[in-house]
Amino acid sequence: MSDAKYIKMLNILCPMHVIVGRSGIVCFAGPTAQKLIGETSLLGRNFLDVFEIRRPRSVKTLADLRRTEGTKLHLRSRLPPYGELKGVLAEGPETGQVTVNLSFGISILDAVREHSLTAADFAATDLTVEMLYLVEAKSAAMEASRQLTSRLQGARVAAEEQAFTDTLTGLKNRRAMDHVLARLIAGDTPFAVMNIDLDFFKAVNDTLGHAAGDHVLQHVARVLVAETREADTVARVGGDEFVILAPAITDAEILEALGRRIIDRLEVPINFNGQTCTISSSIGTTLSDFTMNRTPEQILSDADRALYASKRSGRARQTIFDKSMRETV
Amino acid sequence: MHGLVNRAIQRFVSDGYGQAKWDATAQLAGLETSEIEPMLTYEDGLTPRLLMAASEVLGRRYEELLEDIGTYIVSHPNVEALRRLLRFGGVGFVDFLHSLDDLPDRARLAVSDLELPRVELCEHGGGAYSLLCQGAFPGAGYFFVGLLRAMADDYGALVFLEHKGMDGAAEVVSISLLDTEFAEGRGFDLGARIA
Repeated sequence: MSDAKYIKMLNILCPMHVIVGRSGIVCFAGPTAQKLIGETSLLGRNFLDVFEIRRPRSVKTLADLRRTEGTKLHLRSRLPPYGELKGVLAEGPETGQVTVNLSFGISILDAVREHSLTAADFAATDLTVEMLYLVEAKSAAMEASRQLTSRLQGARVAAEEQAFTDTLTGLKNRRAMDHVLARLIAGDTPFAVMNIDLDFFKAVNDTLGHAAGDHVLQHVARVLVAETREADTVARVGGDEFVILAPAITDAEILEALGRRIIDRLEVPINFNGQTCTISSSIGTTLSDFTMNRTPEQILSDADRALYASKRSGRARQTIFDKSMRETV
Repeated sequence: MHGLVNRAIQRFVSDGYGQAKWDATAQLAGLETSEIEPMLTYEDGLTPRLLMAASEVLGRRYEELLEDIGTYIVSHPNVEALRRLLRFGGVGFVDFLHSLDDLPDRARLAVSDLELPRVELCEHGGGAYSLLCQGAFPGAGYFFVGLLRAMADDYGALVFLEHKGMDGAAEVVSISLLDTEFAEGRGFDLGARIA
């Protein structure tokens, strides 16, 4: 085959090839290879002066280079723009010559820009353009997904802010309790508010850990739900504070009995992974009938005063609010 | 149908006619919220409903509307990414025409659950081609007339396009390529988007 024919063939099949002569001088470079060192021509230059062989590291001389036939080379241009390249060489076309086929490898994204490459710079079978297509298409798809995720995240935060459920216990949360209380106040039905505060809960959390604490709170929630009616609202309004809103109750005796049952059940030690958690509870209760000016603040503050009375008098008890308490603090 | 397809309809209506027209379209099509999420999947019936609704709200014939959407999708600056992705299909317009056969597969490479209309290019010699389009909604052929017109412009080619009706289940678009280098066309820099 004539040289001209051979070179035409190489230009079509691997436009980034370089033919290095016996003395190590570049005697031919394919059209894309010509673009590697900017305006400077590769022809007539010593191949190893232009390209540093980064791997295998042992390659220093032309003789070393020849011995790498068929193995993958990592190269770097010693001239601007100093691109990283991959290559493989084979002997020929003439005895003593080697043909090095180069590629951009993973640095293609920078190379396309730096060398202003077009699809015509790559062999028709080269997958480079498909890879660039994929990078671009995937980036666009990722961006759309990222935006979706951030919108969903925003929606989730907004939903949580509007939620009425305490996620740990499944009880109503403070927001929900405020809503129900406002509705009860606006209605004609009398109701009771029971403020329940756990005793020794902090000790459980501190000595047995948060998992034990969470377990206890869930247990308390189950007890409160079991002891109340369907129409009652049971809410967790703080770390270890609970409120029961019980409509249509005017009888303090019923509340006394309910409070007693709750305190008794919560005093039963709770098993958590073989360890015993012991808590107790104090309750302050008020009836809507006791309050002339029925605002949520007044009713909750009455229940609070009753609760502190329970705490002061030794815990594990319930106090029903009495107007005289408003003067005592 | 993939959200990307419905989202394209939303962008077309809101970019071209304003948010109020899109809100009216979404409402007429029975969409719960007026924002389409591009990466979610919607029931198949929504796309034709959106197209009918847009046709009514904008007072445009259905076929005309689809043709305009096809043009919009590759020529409006707001959807430049898509034009670029299509330009990866070929160096010249003829190359690009042949790449259309791979269009659904190319789309799936990027977004695995995106189903695009099936298209098949037939070459008749002398610059005459026909494109058989089979989409999930009627009017895919008109959509391609608009898209090809804009892409020909992009490549600087002079073409004559015509919707030729149905061939079985497929819509037929005839393409007469008069000049591949009629105008300068828009450039395509492989590395333009790579930062």
